[in-house]
Amino acid sequence: MADVGRHPNIELLTLSEVKEVSGYVGNFKVKVIRHARFVDEKECTACNECVDVCPQLKPDEFNLGLTQRRAIYQPFPQAIPAAYVLNIDDCLGRNPIACGKCAQACEKNCIDLDATDQELEFEVGTIIAATGMEPFDPIGITEFGYGRFPNVLTALEFERLASSGGPTGGQVHRFSDGRKPESIAFIQCVGSRCQEPGNPYCGNICCMNTIKDTLVIKDQWPDIDVKVFYIDLRAFGKGFEEMLQRSRTRGVKYIRGIPGEIENGSRNGSLTLHVENTEVGRLEKHDVEMVVLATGVQPRAQAKDLQQLLSLQLHPDGFLLEAHPKLQPVDSPVRGIYYAGCAEGPKDIKESVTQASAAAGRAVRLMSQGSITAEPYTVAVDTDKCKACGMCLKVCPYNAFDWEKGAPAKPIEALCAGCGTCAAECRFDAITSHQFTNEQLMAQTETALADDSQNKTVVFACNWCSYAAGDTAGVSRFQYPANQVLIRTMCSGRVDEKFVLRAFELGAPVVLVSGCHFVDCHYIDANRHTQKRVEKLWDKLETLGIRPERLQLEWISSAQGRRFAEVMEAVEKLRSEVTGKEIAYTKRILKQIRKPKARKGA
Amino acid sequence: MPDEPKVGLFICHCGTNIAGTVDVQKVAEFAKTLENVEHVATSKYACSDPGQKEIQQAITEHSLNRIVVAACTPRMHEPTFRACLQQAGLSPFLLEMANIREGCSWVHLREPQKATRKACDLVRMAVAKARLLEPLTERKFPVKQAALVVGGGIAGIQAALDIADSGRKVHLVEKEPCLGGTMAQLNKTYPTMDCAI
Repeated sequence: MADVGRHPNIELLTLSEVKEVSGYVGNFKVKVIRHARFVDEKECTACNECVDVCPQLKPDEFNLGLTQRRAIYQPFPQAIPAAYVLNIDDCLGRNPIACGKCAQACEKNCIDLDATDQELEFEVGTIIAATGMEPFDPIGITEFGYGRFPNVLTALEFERLASSGGPTGGQVHRFSDGRKPESIAFIQCVGSRCQEPGNPYCGNICCMNTIKDTLVIKDQWPDIDVKVFYIDLRAFGKGFEEMLQRSRTRGVKYIRGIPGEIENGSRNGSLTLHVENTEVGRLEKHDVEMVVLATGVQPRAQAKDLQQLLSLQLHPDGFLLEAHPKLQPVDSPVRGIYYAGCAEGPKDIKESVTQASAAAGRAVRLMSQGSITAEPYTVAVDTDKCKACGMCLKVCPYNAFDWEKGAPAKPIEALCAGCGTCAAECRFDAITSHQFTNEQLMAQTETALADDSQNKTVVFACNWCSYAAGDTAGVSRFQYPANQVLIRTMCSGRVDEKFVLRAFELGAPVVLVSGCHFVDCHYIDANRHTQKRVEKLWDKLETLGIRPERLQLEWISSAQGRRFAEVMEAVEKLRSEVTGKEIAYTKRILKQIRKPKARKGA
Repeated sequence: MPDEPKVGLFICHCGTNIAGTVDVQKVAEFAKTLENVEHVATSKYACSDPGQKEIQQAITEHSLNRIVVAACTPRMHEPTFRACLQQAGLSPFLLEMANIREGCSWVHLREPQKATRKACDLVRMAVAKARLLEPLTERKFPVKQAALVVGGGIAGIQAALDIADSGRKVHLVEKEPCLGGTMAQLNKTYPTMDCAI
């Protein structure tokens, strides 16, 4: 931590939040809000005089509320930056009549009670998301009585209790009477590998953390009796099995079975655990004086804000979704953004450090080239066809057009991200979306239905979410009927109504347009135009006497492989219900409405 | 359009990943009937070095100017095959992929006939698009020599230090008043049994 504080290349922004990120790989523009600290970080020497005069007492977050701190405080003695911080919500007030004692006490005048939040802006080439974890809150698991029994603790509370910098100076005491417990039970998998109110995944660190705690106890207080209740022990890392064996030899008892209930024990403050010992197939009762719940790991709640700011996606377990689970485990699906630590999944310190170095390596690798190449998925405007209506600029999420009334639109290549929404919206076919041109996508639509069209559903899928969800379904081997043909576009915003109508005209019973969920759109909000366009098409189909539900619209994220397979099942059911008569009528009516235009053009 | 399209089609077995379900030979026979298809070949692993060399040789031998690779998802190996085209002197954007693994063989494991039929459809669609592909040039952008690290726990600290040590600027953003995250609250850490801070 201290290395970060003194590194000349690191600007450390504490009490800060990312508010806005725009731009693209290599050229991200970042806005950060830096909340006021009210104490000059550089001048403060942590002399404690301000703390001594502060009249306010509040629960200390670092010690999980087990101790109290002042309104002006240092979170913990080794904190970096070492300067104090004033929590203005806890402060009596800036007005000297109300208080202001700390500012008077500070001889160096480090305290500025009028400080305000600052907005900072800078540009970066790469971004690392390292938003971390938070422990599972066991209050919802009522059978363990956390919150009801004072001697039932979480694993993190035990860490603070056993720490020399903690509320008891490192003495393990019971909250009920301040006495050292004669026996401690650890319960594993609390909030892990279960359904609501817990999480289905393994917490990864809890087994080893408990084994470590048992060794800490046995090293310092060998007379404390220690029992660990578990489902199975996952000590798979280097040196981990040896730690487990050491713990066993030190007399720690490992009992296979998770207690079904905890109730008040026979002695004052003691607890009785009811458990089925599955090794011997017996119901047992264990009396202990303290219980530690090995609580699982969850993503930080705030990680979701960053996920939305950066157009990233979440795995169904709530952690950030990587570009590929095996081959690109530290890359996000967005180029130039990488993951480090528990933001991507539960990890211990060694794994977090390993992944962080990997992420840094990936970022440096990208930046070291000095420049990067990007796919040429931009647009070109045919100035002869352009009628200067301005629609392209209106729908462009990036304002990537120069346009003045009466003049043809000019695309700005550096701003264009290549979603192709403008090309889909242009009523005059004046826009070419490179690599996804009208002609190319139309050729795919037409050949898809060249034969056996009544048995096929045409699916338009966006590259980032729904097409990727199809890949996830494949990797997971989720099976679905073989009646769909996929056409990939970069964004669902690219799907022109022409393609959809042509597919129906050629006899497609069902057409599905699929894209990212709204907050996940990789082109800011281009998929809002997808929705508007599909809604208009539904009206049009209805007017023509075609059942609108034959055009389906679905939002599927890249992690939702199972949902992709379910949607494919659902559209196949829909397809099988479309009658030959309906298809024949659709083909006829759509041919009719297209023909007059063709004659006019000819 | 610079010249008449001459499409080369390469169908990958991907070991048994594709060929275990899809009748690759049948797809190849079907593909030979498609318009502008000059050359059809199958490959055990198209992405392997020998697989890529075969593509490059065929490009030279048959003067191919559009390439379709029917293999895995383009989200996996499109960059591989684009580089392969580029080495053979073609614009990397004259490539189209037919996803007959993630989008076909892996999701229709128990329906080999239907999967084969679908693979034929996907190949035909890819050829139809490939015929209309045009050479494009990648865009080039400068890269800012700075990084943003969000989160000042152990992972953010390590990433920030590594990048900063490479000589680049790092903006490390932490919402709390100090560094350390959850790690700083731990008493001792495994496997070293030392303090966290």
